Amino acid sequence: MSARALRRRAKSVAMTGVVAGLAILAVLPLLLIFADLLHKGATSIDWNFFVKSPVPAGESGGGVANAIVGTGIIVALACLAGIPVGVGTGLYLAEYGGGRLGWLVRFVADVMNGTPSIVVGISAWTWLVRPAGHFSAIAGGAALAILMVPMLARTTEEMVRLVPNSLREAALALGYPRWRTSLAVVARTALAGIVTGALVAVARIAGETAPLLFTALGNLNFSTTVTEPMQTLSLQIYVYATGPFEEWHRLAWASALVLMGMVLVLSIAARWATRSRHAAG
Amino acid sequence: MVRRHTRNIGDPAYRWILTGLALLLPLLLLAVGSQLAISAAPALKKFGFGFLLSTTWDPVAEVYGAAPMIFGTIVSSLLGLIIAVPLALGVAIFLTEFAPRWLRQPVGFLVELLAAVPSVVYGLWGVFVLIPLLRTIAVPPLRALLGWTPFFKGVFYGNSMLAAGVILAIMIVPYIAAVSREVLQAVPATQREAALGLGATRWEAVWSAVLPYGRAGIIGAIMLGFGRALGETMAVTLVIGNRHDLGASLLAPAYTMAAAIANEFSEATTQMYLSALFAVGLVLFIITITINAMARLLVWRVARGAAVGSKAL
Repeated sequence: MSARALRRRAKSVAMTGVVAGLAILAVLPLLLIFADLLHKGATSIDWNFFVKSPVPAGESGGGVANAIVGTGIIVALACLAGIPVGVGTGLYLAEYGGGRLGWLVRFVADVMNGTPSIVVGISAWTWLVRPAGHFSAIAGGAALAILMVPMLARTTEEMVRLVPNSLREAALALGYPRWRTSLAVVARTALAGIVTGALVAVARIAGETAPLLFTALGNLNFSTTVTEPMQTLSLQIYVYATGPFEEWHRLAWASALVLMGMVLVLSIAARWATRSRHAAG
Repeated sequence: MVRRHTRNIGDPAYRWILTGLALLLPLLLLAVGSQLAISAAPALKKFGFGFLLSTTWDPVAEVYGAAPMIFGTIVSSLLGLIIAVPLALGVAIFLTEFAPRWLRQPVGFLVELLAAVPSVVYGLWGVFVLIPLLRTIAVPPLRALLGWTPFFKGVFYGNSMLAAGVILAIMIVPYIAAVSREVLQAVPATQREAALGLGATRWEAVWSAVLPYGRAGIIGAIMLGFGRALGETMAVTLVIGNRHDLGASLLAPAYTMAAAIANEFSEATTQMYLSALFAVGLVLFIITITINAMARLLVWRVARGAAVGSKAL
């Protein structure tokens, strides 16, 4: 082997090492963040944390039950509006999206995926909070729904497109009308994938803070009334992280651990749903 | 004929319902844009083009100029990009070209998780872990090495442009990596095989055959990351220091458009103050929409038809 070939081989090996090193460096922060969350969060979590609402600053022993329940309610509200519209849009793109309108909707969905969530937040404030005269969980849910639709539309489209055409043809040949073919055969087959998309979208919006600052606002008390301000874990973390008390910082880490746990469970569930689909297919 | 017509009413109905749902999305984008424009109109009318150039932001005197925030938004995002791009491309190239098969899934999943960490959790980590780390590990050597440049002058209090740039870098790595990875996967295997067949080493094949083929898509991926960084709110608000200053030093506190809205929107007691914040939102909206649209077109050009990046985005 000539010296030149050797040099080229050496460069290839070296660059492989550099690329692998960069990849490790990129994953490192995640490991650091998880380690800190576990280390600082786990020591603060006790029974009170889950069943009590916050106590006045300076006292100890409070919890974030109001924020945990609030996160659930606001995310559920967002799903109520976001899932039908998102999945419907995705079905449209997969079934009828070949033309100009399809292109436009696809493009808008991708562009909106990158729209800053705070901008959506102040729009929701203008439409739902200002006319009503007060902050509400519904406004927060609506803002999150707007963020959810584009994500869900694109994953649904992708999943529905994976359904083999022969399945559709078989249903049509048996005399099914198109709409029943689309819903009962095509969408049904893609269901696991659509569920995955929904879980990923929920994981994403569950941690959103910016669009909730001026809609759901936050609430120190336990509230399940959707027309009133409501607390979420993300808002709670923001308030506690910016506060001056050691106790608050402790609760912020604990809340972050719980929120991250939720996101993690949703992400793993999403992965698991598609994995079983691949295994079945 | 009549019977057939009644029996088939389901099909057109189905189509119209789906079309109606799909139309909501473009209408929503239009609604957000025009609402911002309407709410921003009073401030834009009063300050005109100077709104973008003036550095005075004085709610007491009712004078508003967004230059420091626009500057801070762009600089912090560029700083994040400079740090994130090599790391993200490293991940993408490693996963598509070099990683053993058993390693691809777990590393890919880890990177996806990085994209799923909520912004406010990054912010929390930034305040209590990253900033102390920067203070003890990163800033002293940076100052020793580059202290003579205007970029590393002054006192380092912690909350700073530098902290914002680093946290943004960590946050956008997964986006750029995920989209670049899909772009690289869309490069036909024949590109690679032809280069290897001509006697190229593996790195030469990647460098001279795979990367050039995916160049437009990778640029698109980088722009998507840039768009993300520009609009990122919570993490930046927590670490950037939130000061209406325009300076070269990365160690000094700064401000971004998104952070200003998050901080000041609920304090905006006068109509003009509120309108000025909407104007900031409008500028942010226009910048991110433009960058995202260009990025999408670039990515689509490479991986046409595939829902590129949708898993991570």
